[in-house]
Amino acid sequence: MTHPLMTKELIAQHGLTEEEYQKIIAILAREPNLTELGMFSVMWSEHCSYKSSRAFLKRLPTEGPQVVHGPGENAGVIDIGDGLVAVFKMESHNHPSFIEPYQGAATGVGGILRDVFTMGARPIALLNALRFGPLDRPKNRYLFRGVVSGIAGYGNCVGVPTVGGEVCFNEIYNKNPLVNVFCLGIARRDKIFLGRAVGEGNPVLYIGAKTGRDGIHGATMASDSFEEGEESKRPTVQVGDPFTEKLLIEACLELMDKDLLIGIQDMGAAGLTSSSCEMASRGDSGIELELASVPRREPGMTPYELLLSESQERMLLVAKPGREGDVLDICKKWDLAAAVVGRVTADGMLRVKDQGVTVAEVPARALADDAPKYERPAAAPPYQDHLQSLQLEVIAEPKDCNTVLETLLTSPTIAHKGWIFEQYDHMVQTNTLVRPGADAAVLRLKGTDKALAVTTDCNSLYCVLNPYIGAASAVAEAARNLVCVGARPLALTDCLNFGNPERPDIMWQFVLAVEGIADACRALEIPVVSGNVSFYNETGGLSIYPTPGIGMVGILEHADRSVTPGFKGEGDQILLIGETGEDLGGTEYLRCVHSREQGTPPVLNLERERAVQRLLLAAVDRGLVRSAHDCSEGGLAVAVAESCLSSEPACGARIVLKQKRLRRDSLLFGESQSRIVVSVKSTDLRAFEKLGREAAVPMEQIGAVGGAHLVMAICDERGTTTTWIDRPCQALAEGWRSALANLMASTPSAEGRDA
Amino acid sequence: MTDSGPRIGIIVFPGSNCDQDCYHAVSTVLEASAEFIWHKTSVLPPLDAVLIPGGFSYGDYLRTGAIARFSPVMEAVTSFAAEGGFVLGICNGFQILLEAGLLPGAMLRNTSLSFVCRDVHVRVESNATPFTARCAPGQVLKLPVAHAEGNYYTDPNTLATLISTKRIVFRYCTPDGDVMQDACPNGSIDNIAGITNAAGNVLGMMPHPERCAEAILGNEDGKLILLSLLDALKSRPNVTAG
Repeated sequence: MTHPLMTKELIAQHGLTEEEYQKIIAILAREPNLTELGMFSVMWSEHCSYKSSRAFLKRLPTEGPQVVHGPGENAGVIDIGDGLVAVFKMESHNHPSFIEPYQGAATGVGGILRDVFTMGARPIALLNALRFGPLDRPKNRYLFRGVVSGIAGYGNCVGVPTVGGEVCFNEIYNKNPLVNVFCLGIARRDKIFLGRAVGEGNPVLYIGAKTGRDGIHGATMASDSFEEGEESKRPTVQVGDPFTEKLLIEACLELMDKDLLIGIQDMGAAGLTSSSCEMASRGDSGIELELASVPRREPGMTPYELLLSESQERMLLVAKPGREGDVLDICKKWDLAAAVVGRVTADGMLRVKDQGVTVAEVPARALADDAPKYERPAAAPPYQDHLQSLQLEVIAEPKDCNTVLETLLTSPTIAHKGWIFEQYDHMVQTNTLVRPGADAAVLRLKGTDKALAVTTDCNSLYCVLNPYIGAASAVAEAARNLVCVGARPLALTDCLNFGNPERPDIMWQFVLAVEGIADACRALEIPVVSGNVSFYNETGGLSIYPTPGIGMVGILEHADRSVTPGFKGEGDQILLIGETGEDLGGTEYLRCVHSREQGTPPVLNLERERAVQRLLLAAVDRGLVRSAHDCSEGGLAVAVAESCLSSEPACGARIVLKQKRLRRDSLLFGESQSRIVVSVKSTDLRAFEKLGREAAVPMEQIGAVGGAHLVMAICDERGTTTTWIDRPCQALAEGWRSALANLMASTPSAEGRDA
Repeated sequence: MTDSGPRIGIIVFPGSNCDQDCYHAVSTVLEASAEFIWHKTSVLPPLDAVLIPGGFSYGDYLRTGAIARFSPVMEAVTSFAAEGGFVLGICNGFQILLEAGLLPGAMLRNTSLSFVCRDVHVRVESNATPFTARCAPGQVLKLPVAHAEGNYYTDPNTLATLISTKRIVFRYCTPDGDVMQDACPNGSIDNIAGITNAAGNVLGMMPHPERCAEAILGNEDGKLILLSLLDALKSRPNVTAG
């Protein structure tokens, strides 16, 4: 092939700086050819190299007795006893989903599944964390509907239940929605597979779908900001085929079961390039590829295209010597394309040939690990003071709290999410003990007494007001959600969505958020075992709110002891664990009712958080807890309402709160952290209170389950009780359950692609 | 598990994804003998019943069940049914039975045009089948559905025949047993959730009994269907397709 002259334009088009280009020349001791330039371009992109974040991610605690493999592998691995490990990771697919919502979301699911089964784990659960602009805009409905059906279309077909997640709506995501997907798998501890190429001469095989021209430079696209008219980038979005993925899962697990493999890795971002150089680098080896052997969908593809294609549902593997025939047989059984495409070498080079002619020759480690690392400048933005200033005196206390409650319950961020999760098969594999809609999903582990709980959380409004508190609160809330279903938190994966890291205010948000996560992890003893950073979530110069999503996994030693949020029976006593303060900053109440996104988010006391969680787990252990639900968006009133409405059929409750000099809206709708609403049998009330005293956790009996209405009253210092909320639960339930569906009721054809 | 007990074969197509769930329900819950049958098999091993599980055989490409019906195993299943062997098709299994002509009618997309996964209620319209003998006539079962194409349709004459010959086994209903349009998750004609063939040995149903056959899952209604089948197998001689 002819080598075009390396012009400044060509280098810039590849997203490389002059400095980075000079580093490539130093590594190669010559100029790269176009193919090599393309390979460096994708591998050194922000998306693949984490060049702006690596230095800071080191601050996250990654160790613990349960950790088998921390960050650096395709997914994190933790021990869960019985010879089993849990394998999990969360990843973003934001840019593709904005350009083409169905395929963008679908291929996001496909990619995260491959990250998990490539480690030898059978995927048992999917979750997703989504952010969109408000649904009154047709474009946002189009994006939301497309993303949900893309997730459904892929997950349902591969037979992995989608059991939970979260979604939040805010104007800031109008032109940059977020689609984060999480996958959990289970493997035997002695059967974990790693993405390592070792053993000189061992065969390297390609299996899965054939390679086409789709998705070339997807990783580079994901490492750039968005401008108007991005739909022209649609060809960089890949197209998913969940049926092939299902076959690939079964074939890979069979290959692993028959002990034919040495290493395996999926071809994700940067396709054949990333999988080969990463496997070689991890194994301290080299790999030599022959492109002529690569199964392809269309003729005339250049080495550049073959190496950078992001065609989906493909894996690269290193087989045991002499076993390549057995590998090919199993692929044939599953109707998958497969071919020997190279071999492991000892010289550390990724050498690519096309019909015997070398077309690229690069040290594997240089591509995979030697991208420049940046400690970009960070500085608090000038608008931060304004964001945090909030004069409560100017905010009138609501007179009609019934209407406020109904407004909150029908706000799409709080409303029942049935419209979403009923489109997902959340029961296949018959492990789902606690279904979507609870604080966390619970999945039993067949063949053991145990179950795992999973959740994803992040309050991005808290994060923009105070990135440190917001990110720490995301960790605390995820752990609290697990504890609410009766699970002990084990480890987490993070998915850090931020704006453009070349802007000091964005780096400032990022650095603080990482510190918040790190401190919360240390305090709660929950290590980070995998993660993903998504920068450049910025369109037309406007960045998203910092959204450090947390996916967390916990364990229940006894699967049959899971707890759900719904009240269980008339006469049960309702308690509030934790303490309510004047915490209105960053609340959904301020946003929905007073149109303010302002203030400092609720203060998080990690020591208190830990004590509250321990107390609840101890109570669950003693069988004292009938229901548990964490107070988050919408505060205590929404938490109690959701416990009423989550029981079948909806039941009422009578609550009396002590004023304690707090504002009415703080008491009802404030979002003080580390609070959980629990219900217990009357006969267990004393035992529960005793546990609370021993744990030195503040706790208050606030009412009882019963009747058909939710009644919430406040008793002031003089002993006068005033009822502020009194609504039939049937009516509340109808509003809460139908709100999302009503918003989405407009016909799809009316949903323009443009706002 | 006893070796001498009934043997239930579970057909595995590429894209089947409830095969493991059915295997678990048969082997662990019923404690009966279960075995997977690969779709390329053209001769069935000795079996007492065939289960066609849910999923997305061949990715549901073209039309649900449309490609699976051409798999070699379906010819063997057709002969097995013709000899009186019990065949239960669940969800995608029901769709395949329709495409293979073992049951009449066709599936359309749900009227919502969306996949729907949730618990529904069905009324047992006939307990004079090998699959429902443990149910009372008119009994309401809570069963989960999970499909995008469960909108059963057939022409008026066939519908009349299904009704007059009591081959409609399940109809979607309210929790109180009222068969109303609102209680139908997919738009099926006459709220049909499950039908048998004329001989009564082949049942297709959209809801998933294997997903609600254990106390820990919070619902054991599906166990009634699986146990009915097991009872029927135990009380009749072996049928084996050759």
